[in-house]
Amino acid sequence: MSVTEPEARSYEPVIGIEIHVQLKTRTKMFCGCALSFGEAPNTRTCPVCLGHPGTLPVTNAEAVHFALMIAMAFDCDIAPRSIFHRKNYFYPDLPKGYQISQYDLPLARNGRLGDVRIHRVHLEEDAAKLVHAGASGRIHGAETSVVDFNRGGTPLVEIVTEPDLRSPAEAADFGRLLQATLRRMGVSDVNMEEGSLRVDANVSIRPAGEATLGTKTELKNMNSFRFLERGLEAEIGRQERLVRDGGEIEQETLHFDPQSGALSALRTKEEAHDYRYFPEPDLVPIVPTETMLERARAALPELPAARAERLERELELPAETARLLSFRFELGDFFEDAIAAGDGDPRTLANWVTNELAARIGDADPADSRVEPGALARLVAMVGTKEVSRSAAHEVLDELVAEGGDPAAVVESKGLGRADKSELEGIVERAIAENGDAVEKIRAGKAQAIGAIVGAVMRETKGRADGGEVQRMIRERIGAS
Amino acid sequence: MTGLLALTAAQQAELLRAGELSAAEAFDFWRARAEDDDLGAYLWVADSAPDDAGHLPPVAVKDLFCVEGVPSGAASRILEGYRPPYTATSVENLRRAGAPVLGKTNQDEFAMGSSNENSGYWPVRNPWDRERVPGGSSGGSAAAVAAGTAPWAIGTDTGGSIRQPASLCGIVGLKPTYGAVSRYGMIAFASSLDQCGPLTRDVTDAALLLRHLVGRDPCDSTSLDYPEEVRMPTAERLDELRFGVWGLDEEGLDPGVADVVRRTLGTIEELGGGVEEIELPSARHGLAAYYVIAPAEASANLARYDGVRYGPRSGDGDLTAMYEQTRRDGFGDEVKRRIMIGTYALSSGYYEAYYGTAQKVRTRIADEFRAAFERVDFVVTPTSPTVAFRLGERTADPLAMYLSDYFTVPMPLAGIPAVSIPAGLSDGLPVGFQIAGPAFDESRILDAAHALEKAIGFEGVPRT
Repeated sequence: MSVTEPEARSYEPVIGIEIHVQLKTRTKMFCGCALSFGEAPNTRTCPVCLGHPGTLPVTNAEAVHFALMIAMAFDCDIAPRSIFHRKNYFYPDLPKGYQISQYDLPLARNGRLGDVRIHRVHLEEDAAKLVHAGASGRIHGAETSVVDFNRGGTPLVEIVTEPDLRSPAEAADFGRLLQATLRRMGVSDVNMEEGSLRVDANVSIRPAGEATLGTKTELKNMNSFRFLERGLEAEIGRQERLVRDGGEIEQETLHFDPQSGALSALRTKEEAHDYRYFPEPDLVPIVPTETMLERARAALPELPAARAERLERELELPAETARLLSFRFELGDFFEDAIAAGDGDPRTLANWVTNELAARIGDADPADSRVEPGALARLVAMVGTKEVSRSAAHEVLDELVAEGGDPAAVVESKGLGRADKSELEGIVERAIAENGDAVEKIRAGKAQAIGAIVGAVMRETKGRADGGEVQRMIRERIGAS
Repeated sequence: MTGLLALTAAQQAELLRAGELSAAEAFDFWRARAEDDDLGAYLWVADSAPDDAGHLPPVAVKDLFCVEGVPSGAASRILEGYRPPYTATSVENLRRAGAPVLGKTNQDEFAMGSSNENSGYWPVRNPWDRERVPGGSSGGSAAAVAAGTAPWAIGTDTGGSIRQPASLCGIVGLKPTYGAVSRYGMIAFASSLDQCGPLTRDVTDAALLLRHLVGRDPCDSTSLDYPEEVRMPTAERLDELRFGVWGLDEEGLDPGVADVVRRTLGTIEELGGGVEEIELPSARHGLAAYYVIAPAEASANLARYDGVRYGPRSGDGDLTAMYEQTRRDGFGDEVKRRIMIGTYALSSGYYEAYYGTAQKVRTRIADEFRAAFERVDFVVTPTSPTVAFRLGERTADPLAMYLSDYFTVPMPLAGIPAVSIPAGLSDGLPVGFQIAGPAFDESRILDAAHALEKAIGFEGVPRT
């Protein structure tokens, strides 16, 4: 029996992620303040979310509703009774000196999204925002620090996965699915740059094939899935080098700087807080009633994973197209409305939506553009029946996106209809006459020289002619076969 | 106008309603009385009657109730100068019912204490003997009512903070059922125990004030709808009622206090009531459980006093230094002691042994009361093991001070209501008799207290 040297071993990363998502409720988690979207600092506050003496929290029912929807989307076991805890620590962004969160009795557990098991889903409140003046950009060593309490008390749902992810790419993909799923439910803006979706990752490595878990480190606050992937790659690389050199992984919390690619320690295990959790005596337990559960269930739309699967299965769309139509659900809705409006070929229509339409509207919701799903369906049908050429159809779509309307009317008013044989005859004659050398070449056997003549016809007709038809007419006239 | 001093709040309310007394007259009379207080009972007295003073006499309010624009700081230096931007629901309810705020009364800092000597400002003196304490933590409210510088008052009770000072000052003090009165706007000590209640000259006044305090408040999730309007007490007999006596054999119970309590038990029997001993085996561990749970909750409740948003700020430059200096300067010794006890009790590795065990004791105490109320209508005890003690007598011995709450701590742990009524004198100082009943049974408790009150005929409130 031989012992494998550390440097010869191959390692497998084990990754779990923890996501905080700001809920899009009307008011904050425990008070009546409206949520803030970039208002002037400290204008969305009240005695409760400022932690004034004597104030008490009251749980936001809509936040519980959204959290139940999330738990159901992941097929979790919803706790018949869950409670809030106080998580105690001092920091200026935490007005009460504790965060109201959930601890050993969370709202939901044991779910699944795709191939990844969800460990738990719980509700809590967001902290306020600190701004530090001075060189360090951190509170220690700052000249002055100011607090904006607008964000303080925003409802958060924390979602923790089991360590089921095996590569940085898998982690990023899972994150995107989770993001699309939450976005589809309309429970959050899920904008990572704005912080309405925040991702932390726990990562450890182990010799490939082993079942035990190694010591993990935590990567905090990645603000895009690309950075999550890169941060994980960097950290896995660091852990592998460390272990191969005979070192030991230390449990710590790390920050990944996407600019430099550097990892820096935020705190080690020794510096870990004792949060002194205890049940929040100011709040009553969350006991979801049958009515609450039914309401949450009824509010759940078809989720991206299910839709992608259905589009692939029922409409035989390619996986990538189906995924795009599911992740950008507004495109998917537009596509399905277009399908419903006519009986066009789903694949062709899907291509038009995901390529041509998407290119023209960018990230906007097609429902906000002027083009109607039925209009796009009719346009695609006209291409199919060759009433309009593909390139002319692109022009028609430009017009539909800009002004709306009916494709046939646009074709008519702009004269974009397919050039018919009688119109083409003269144009083809002229093109042959003007391209004598090409004619010579064709006759000499260089069939591809026909392109120059076809091109001339296309220029003349502004793309309205059918290429095959034109080629046939040219060959006929110059006697080539 | 001096005739008002001889009237109970309910009697004054009659005059106000009948138009024989104007709200402004009543307010001015009591304002002048409060201004003349020389017991240290007030931290702030209202300048003038509010425009909307109604048909109830003005009410003295413990400093920890937030009143918009009025200094409200739980008698702590850490809230010196703090004027809340909002008003506590209980105070607002009273104002709407017609009782304006007369003044803010002194108390033990953050309601932590049994003698009022822990006030961040000055101690309160007992009107029966100025060298003695009025009890605490609602000592200012109790002393003001006893001395006739307030017609009635509200306080808060966490482990006895209404009943014990009521007992030591010879007045009536009621701790309602947990959840009966909104806690919104009460500067928190221990959230799962704190409850607002009346301190009054007699039982009828307590019922009248309670009637206007109770009710569910959307701002307090732990508040509950009160099942029915609080009844004005009328009973003069105690026929068919069974009273379970607890704690008469406890060592540390002053013999003079025990005598008054035994005499009161005799009165109960004379009024037709039955008296029997009952067992509450876990109640004797009430103090131990209380001094884990209350400090644990307090350690979190008081974390917000960090100098960042309101109140005085000390320390310079460094964040940690600011936190430490602000809290070092702002909190008194007893508050610091309890924050440390609570922080320790919640620490990882100790939580189960302390907080977990204390919660189990709490549950057991509640169960034992529930079982007791299947046999008896009420549980009766001495309110305080002793009469009012001398200023400074127990300040050096926190444990002796904590024992003041021995008989009053089990009820808030069980969430049930209890009243203390003056039952007689021992060495010329008042002795309180405590009557506890099942949750939301205040009307029946007060009815029984009313019958006893009439029979006892306690006199001699030292109005000056």
